[in-house]
Amino acid sequence: MNAVKLTVAALCVSAAFAGSAIARDQIQIAGSSTVLPYAKIVAETFGETYPDFKTPIVESGGSSGGLKEFCRGVGPTTIDIANSSRPIKSSEVEACKGAGVTDIQEIKIGYDGIVFATDASNADLALTPKDLYLALAAEVVVDGKLVANPNTKWSQVNPNLPDAEIAAYIPGEKHGTREVFEEKMLAHGCEEAGAAEAIKGLISDKKEAASKCIAVRKDGKAVDIDGDYTETLARIASNKTGVGVFGLSFFENNADKLKVATVNGIVPSAETIASGEYPVSRPLFFYVKKAHLGVIPGLKEYVEFFTSDQMVGQDSPLADYGLVAAPDAEREKTRADFEAGKTL
Amino acid sequence: MTVLDTPSVARSSVTPRRDIGIKRRYAAERRFRLYGMLAIALGIIFLALLLWSVFSKGYTAFQQTTITIPVTFSAEIIDPRNQRETDPKILQAANYPLLARDALVKALGVNPSDRVAVRSVSALVSASARTQLRDLVMADPTIIGTTQTVTLLADANIDSANKGQIDLSVAETSRKVNDRQLGWMKQLSEAGVLQKSFNTGLFTSGASSRPEAAGIGVAFVGSLYMMLIVLVLALPIGVAASIYLEEFAPKNRLTDLIEVNINNLAAVPSIVYGLLGLSIFINFAGMPRSAALVGALVLTLMTLPTIIIATRAALKAVPPSIRAAALGLGASKMQTIFHHVLPLAAPGILTGTIIGLAHALGETAPLLLIGMVAFVVDYPGSPMEPSTALPVQIYMWANEAERAFVERTSGAIIVLLLFLVVMNMGAILLRRRFERRW
Repeated sequence: MNAVKLTVAALCVSAAFAGSAIARDQIQIAGSSTVLPYAKIVAETFGETYPDFKTPIVESGGSSGGLKEFCRGVGPTTIDIANSSRPIKSSEVEACKGAGVTDIQEIKIGYDGIVFATDASNADLALTPKDLYLALAAEVVVDGKLVANPNTKWSQVNPNLPDAEIAAYIPGEKHGTREVFEEKMLAHGCEEAGAAEAIKGLISDKKEAASKCIAVRKDGKAVDIDGDYTETLARIASNKTGVGVFGLSFFENNADKLKVATVNGIVPSAETIASGEYPVSRPLFFYVKKAHLGVIPGLKEYVEFFTSDQMVGQDSPLADYGLVAAPDAEREKTRADFEAGKTL
Repeated sequence: MTVLDTPSVARSSVTPRRDIGIKRRYAAERRFRLYGMLAIALGIIFLALLLWSVFSKGYTAFQQTTITIPVTFSAEIIDPRNQRETDPKILQAANYPLLARDALVKALGVNPSDRVAVRSVSALVSASARTQLRDLVMADPTIIGTTQTVTLLADANIDSANKGQIDLSVAETSRKVNDRQLGWMKQLSEAGVLQKSFNTGLFTSGASSRPEAAGIGVAFVGSLYMMLIVLVLALPIGVAASIYLEEFAPKNRLTDLIEVNINNLAAVPSIVYGLLGLSIFINFAGMPRSAALVGALVLTLMTLPTIIIATRAALKAVPPSIRAAALGLGASKMQTIFHHVLPLAAPGILTGTIIGLAHALGETAPLLLIGMVAFVVDYPGSPMEPSTALPVQIYMWANEAERAFVERTSGAIIVLLLFLVVMNMGAILLRRRFERRW
C-alpha cells in the first residue's frame, strides 16, 4: 500500500517538475574537448570575478556533438554556447536555421598548435610533412604506380630519421585534430613528395585523387586514438619509439615525459605558431546564440570576459595554459564584431 | 562387457578389484578443483593488480601541500583610495594574489625588484589564493591593515614536485618547476612553512581547472541526489510491477511477452537510456539540462529491470506452503502477499535493489547525452540544478593534462570504490540479518 502511495506521489512530483520549464540563471556551454580546458579556466575565473552570476556549466562531447545540441533550438533547455575546434559548417548553419537558431555569433578565441612528440629518452626528432606522408600513407607512388606503403622503418623514409619501426599514434577520425593533421601534414607531404602529381596522372577523379593523398595506412603502423591525449601519452610510454600527436598545451604540461619534434626545422611554440612559421595549427572558436543574449543572465558578460585581453591576451591564463593568442588586431576585431552584433 | 566379465574375475584367486574407474574419477575431480582454484587465483590477481594500481597512484591525493605564512592585508593594495565605505565592490575586485606574493617574497627574502624571481615566487602558490583571501576580507573587513597567519594551497606543480611526481633529472626547461623554485621549496619546508596536510578540499570542493583546488564535492552530492531519487522511484515501481506479475497477473502470452521484454531491457546498453532521456525528459518534457533529476530518471529506467528481475526471483523463492497456510487461515490475497510473502522476500528484494543502485552509481554513458558530463563548480541546491556524478568526475579528471590530476583521478576512484563497498556490505548485512532458509 505504502509502495503504491509513494509511487503516485513521486510521479506527481516529477510531473510537476516537468511542467515548469523554469528560466535558467546559469550559462550552459557544450562542445569541443580541445576548447574545454580553456573554457573551464574562463568559466571558473568568471564565477570568481562576477559573484552576481553563477559559474557557467561546461560540458564536453566534441565539436560536432556540441554544435548539434546548439542547433536544437532556442529556449532555456538548449545550450547557449557551442565550443568548436573547427569553423561551423554550412550544413550545420542550415540545421540551426531549420530549428529556429537564426542568429549565431562567431568568436575566435585563438589558435591551437598540434605537435608531434616522442618519448623523452629519444634523440631529437626533425620531421617534415613529406616524411610523415611517406611513413603513414596507405599507398605511395613507386615507379609511377600506386602500391601499398612498403616502408616499415623511419630510416627508410628519410635516412636522417632513427632506425626504428614506424609507429604513429594519430587522432581518430572523429577528432577535429585529425582533419588538421590530414590537411596540413599529409596533403602537403603528398605534394612535396611529388606523389600528388603522380596520383593525378593515375586517377582522373579529383576527389578520389585527393583522398588517396590523405588515406592513412591500416596495417597497424598508424594507430587511431579515439580517446584523449592521455591515451596517446600512455601509448608512447609503452612504445618508446612511437610518435604521437598532441596539442601544444598538453605537451607543455608533460614536457618532462615527451620530446617534441620540429616540423620543417621549426620548434613549435606559442611564438612560432602565432607568426605562422610552424605549419600545423588551427583556430579555435565558440558560437553564441544571439537570441539568448540578455535572456540568460551573464551570457553577454561571459563572452566579453572571454574575449578580453586579461583572458586571451599575450600574457593571460589561457596563454599560460597553451593557447596561442591571436594577433592584437584580430582580437580587437573579434570584440568589435561581437559588440556590433555581427552574425553568421 | 565389464559386467559380464566380473563374475569370472571375482572368482579367480588373484582377485584384481573390479575397475569402477575410481582413479580416473578422482583424477577428474582433482583436475576440476585445480581449474577452480586457478580461476579464483586469476581473479584475485587481476583484482589485486587493479587495486594496487589505483591505490599506489591515488593515496597521495589525500594529502595536499600547503603554505602557511603571515599575510599582511595591506590597505594600500586592497583599497588604495580608501573607498570601501562607499563602494563595497572594491573589496570584491582587489588584487589579492599580490598579498600572497608579497608575503612569500618577504618570507623567502627575494629582492622585490627582481621581476623574474618575483614571477617564479608567485607561481608557488595556487591561483585560488585570490578567492581564499577575498573571502577572508569579505567576511571580516576589519582585518585590513593587520597581519594574519593564513594557510594557502600550494600550486599543483609544486604539490606534484613535493610528492616526487615530477622527474627532476630532466632539463630545467622541460619541467614545470624550475631549479630556483625547488630551492625555495626546500627552504620553506625546512622552515615548516611548506607542509603536507590532509586534503579536505578533495572532498568539499567542486570542479576546478586548478588541480589543487579541485574536489569531488559537487559530484558526490549529484550522485547522492540521483541515488536517492532512483531509490524512491525504482523500488516502489519495481516491487509493485513484480508483485503484480508474479502474484496476480494471469499466465498468458501477454505476460510472457512482458517478461521477455523486461529481461531484454536489463541487457540494453546504457547509452540507449541516455538517448531516451534526452528525447523524452529534456526535449519533450522540457526539463533542465545537466540536472540530477533527469539523470536520476534515466538511471531509474535503467535500474528498473534489474530490480524487477531480482524481486520476482525473491517472490518465487518464498515456499507456496506459506501462501497456502495464510489463505487457509482466511487471509485475503492482499493480506497473504503483504503480511507474509513480501516480508519473507524482502532480503532478496533489497539485495537486488542495492546491486541495481550500485550499478547505476557507476554509470557515465547515459549521463553524457543529458549534459551531466560537465564542469560544474557550484553546489547544486536541489536536484533541478546542474550537477555531475562521481564516475563522470573520474572520467573528466582522467582526461586532464596536468600531472596533479593523475593522483586525483585515482583518489576519486578510491572514494567511489569505498562508496560501492559500503553499499554492497549493506546488501550483505541485510541478507544475513533477514534471510530465512527452508
